Order: sequence, then structure tokens, then C-alpha cells
Amino acid sequence: MAGTALRGRLTWQVATVAALTRETASVCTIGLEPPDWAGHRAGQHLDVRLTAEDGYRAERSYSIASAPGERLAITVERLDDGEVSPYLTEDLEVGDKLELRGPIGGYFVWEPGDHSPLTLLAGGSGVVPLRSILRYRLRTGSAVPARLLYSARTLPDVIYHDELGQHHDGVQVSYTLTRSQPPGWTGHTGRINADLLADVAWPAAANPVAYVCGPTSFVETAAAALVGLGYPPERVKTERFGATGGP
Amino acid sequence: MSHISRGFRGRRRVPDAEAGRLPPGQYLTEGFPVLSAGPTPHTPLANWTFSITRSGATKGSWSWPEFQALPAENVTVDIHCVTRWSKFDTGWRGVSVDTLLDRVEHDGRYVMAFCDGGYTTNLPLDDVTGGKAWVAFDYDGQALAPEHGGPARLLVPHLYFWKSAKWVRGLDLRDTDQPGFWETYGYHMYGDPWREQRYAGD
Repeated sequence: MAGTALRGRLTWQVATVAALTRETASVCTIGLEPPDWAGHRAGQHLDVRLTAEDGYRAERSYSIASAPGERLAITVERLDDGEVSPYLTEDLEVGDKLELRGPIGGYFVWEPGDHSPLTLLAGGSGVVPLRSILRYRLRTGSAVPARLLYSARTLPDVIYHDELGQHHDGVQVSYTLTRSQPPGWTGHTGRINADLLADVAWPAAANPVAYVCGPTSFVETAAAALVGLGYPPERVKTERFGATGGP
Repeated sequence: MSHISRGFRGRRRVPDAEAGRLPPGQYLTEGFPVLSAGPTPHTPLANWTFSITRSGATKGSWSWPEFQALPAENVTVDIHCVTRWSKFDTGWRGVSVDTLLDRVEHDGRYVMAFCDGGYTTNLPLDDVTGGKAWVAFDYDGQALAPEHGGPARLLVPHLYFWKSAKWVRGLDLRDTDQPGFWETYGYHMYGDPWREQRYAGD
């Protein structure tokens, strides 16, 4: 709980959509220019509010994809039965305005002053706040060694694939593909389990800290497996869907 | 004044008959999403107790069998998560906090709920008494699953659901309102969904 402080009021502001980047068939990164952004910490999220002409509103939370100091960005996955995500991923255009407030959250955050080895476990679009952490690590020249295990349905569903491939110097990225694998796939297959984490995660003896983000079933399995491997529960930080980017 | 989102119409409008049950900014879900900080604890019932404490002293404590022997109630309530889902007509069985407090000498104006896993959340005493809060151990006719807070969680349905602490093990009586876990990270001290008190300052 150290290093946190109660903030003043979080006010809504109207940001300009500065860039749209198609990440996968269903995932889009939205670059945002808010008029008044005091900065954020790696791992935090923000709230988006849409308002229809008749006043009807819908709000959702999205993890921040950019590192502190970069232009603000969120990465949004389109959910078929969603209300906000289809609008953000398909209807939004560069130059549009988007109402938001933030940053929010102080639990699922990483600071470069923490020198613990990083075990990062991502399920699907749960990679978004972990990408912010990895970019921040790079920006700050941190030497903290990091291991990312990213579980996705198929290779085309992997978000930030090229970018994650460019991390070197102490970052190890591995994938497990749960639904189908391309010919010649040499990565892991199937859903994560304790055996896979025993191979991929930092051993508990290295005093690592883990950040786990994804759907509930992924997080439950991953967090329980890490505790089984000897991680103290307070060293396993989790963010479950429903917390961010719900339908 | 809200900015109008070009081309946004909204897909999840609730029928007028139910609109009055949905707090502002919420949407209705049929599922039961899970939101927790950290791994799900698994405390054996043999080690489980529920305690009322005050200034480091235990004013009352119940083992699982003692707790199960207390009069319990069935409650059907709407619940509202700060992450914006709401769920109507959820069915619980639990012991009213009044039932627990009636059995111990107590004072104080606030409580801090404390839990396995280290989670805490703060509430005014008036919000957990008078038939407004329970320690629930069944959901939908089944033993409460660990991921939803089993063996027992606090149920305070008139506040955002983070106040309904999972894996609750007791209430610490306080004179002053001190922030719990999420409250320390900028979430609202009280958390009234009808006033949309999501974050500090709302």
C-alpha cells in the first residue's frame, strides 16, 4: 500500500482521437490527446464515456496501453455483445472526440524503483497493461529482468506481436496458443497450467513479483499456480476482466 | 455538459420498467463477473472464524459450526459493481450483521471489514446494521464458491459491491472512518451507486 495517495476529484474531459492502429481483426489501439492529463502509472486504467444524442450514456474502463510519458493510448478488443467496444473499434475516426477521465487504480501498477524480477502473465487482451509496463521498463532503462507468458487463441489474435518481438536485453517473451497453431509452431500449446508456469515463470527463490491479467478463469488458474510454486499471495497482483474492458 | 459521441446509439438500454432499478452508469448482466485483488484464498473451514474486534480486543468470535448455528436469512437483492455491471435478484443466505452485533458489547461509528488475503474495506456502522448487511455463505442455493468470496463474504447490497468484502473474517469497530484496500487507491470512501460515488471526490 506504500506510495499511494488519495487524489482529488477525477473530472471528465474531452480528448481528441489522434491515431487509430489496427492490432488484430478485433483489436484497435486508440491514441488520445486529452487537454489536461497529469500523467499515469504503468498498469493503470481510465474510464471512457459515450453519450448518444438523446442523452443515453454508457461508461467502461480500459487499461492504458502506453507507457508513462508517451502519448496516451488505450487498446480495445471488440466484444460481439458489447456496447462500447464495437463503437471504439469500428465507428471511431481520427479527429473524433472521446470523453474520458483518469488515471485510475494504484494496485496493479509497476514502478521502475521495484527491482524484483517480473513475471508477467497475459490472457488475451489482458496483455494491455503488461505492455505498458514493458514499454515503461524500456523507457526508463530499467535492468529488471522480465518474463512474459502470453496466452492467445491463435497467432493472429496476438496483440503487439511485432513490438513484443523487439524486446531484448532481459525480456523473455513466450506464447501459448490455445485454439490452433500455425504449421511449424514451436511455442507452447493449450491453456496455461502449473507445469507450464513452473517452466516459464521466475522461480519463487528469485523473489519475483507477478502481474496477471486476463479473463477470470485464466487469472484464477495462473494466480493459484504461482502460489503453488511458492509465490507469496501478496506478490501476485491480478486484474480480472470485468475489472477492465467488460462487455 | 456531456459531449455527444458521433454516431453512438447504445445497445444495452434497459426496459422502462427496470430502468429505475439500474443506477447511473451501470449496465445489466446475466453473468456473475469476478473482481478481486490477488489470488483466491482457500481457508479450511476448520480454521475459519468470524470475529468482532475493537482496539485489538476480540469482542466476539464464532467458529464455522457456531456461525452456522446462528439464525440465518434468505435475501434477494440487486447488486452493483463499480466496474459497471449490475445484477438483479441475486439470492443469498447469510447471517445478518445485526445478529452478530447483538451478541457482543460494541460501540464505535465505523467498521473495517477484514478478510483472508489481507483485503479490507471501510463502512459506517449505520450501513451494516438495521437489516442492511449480512455475512453470506450461500449463493443461489449453493455454498458460496471461493472465487465469489466463499466460504463467506460480506453482503452490503446498497453500496458498490467492493464493499461486500470476499473471504470476510470479521469486523473491526472504529471511531473514525479510515480507508480500506481500494479506498486507499482512490476509490470512494462510501460508494453509493445511486450517487455514482466510484472514486474519491465523486
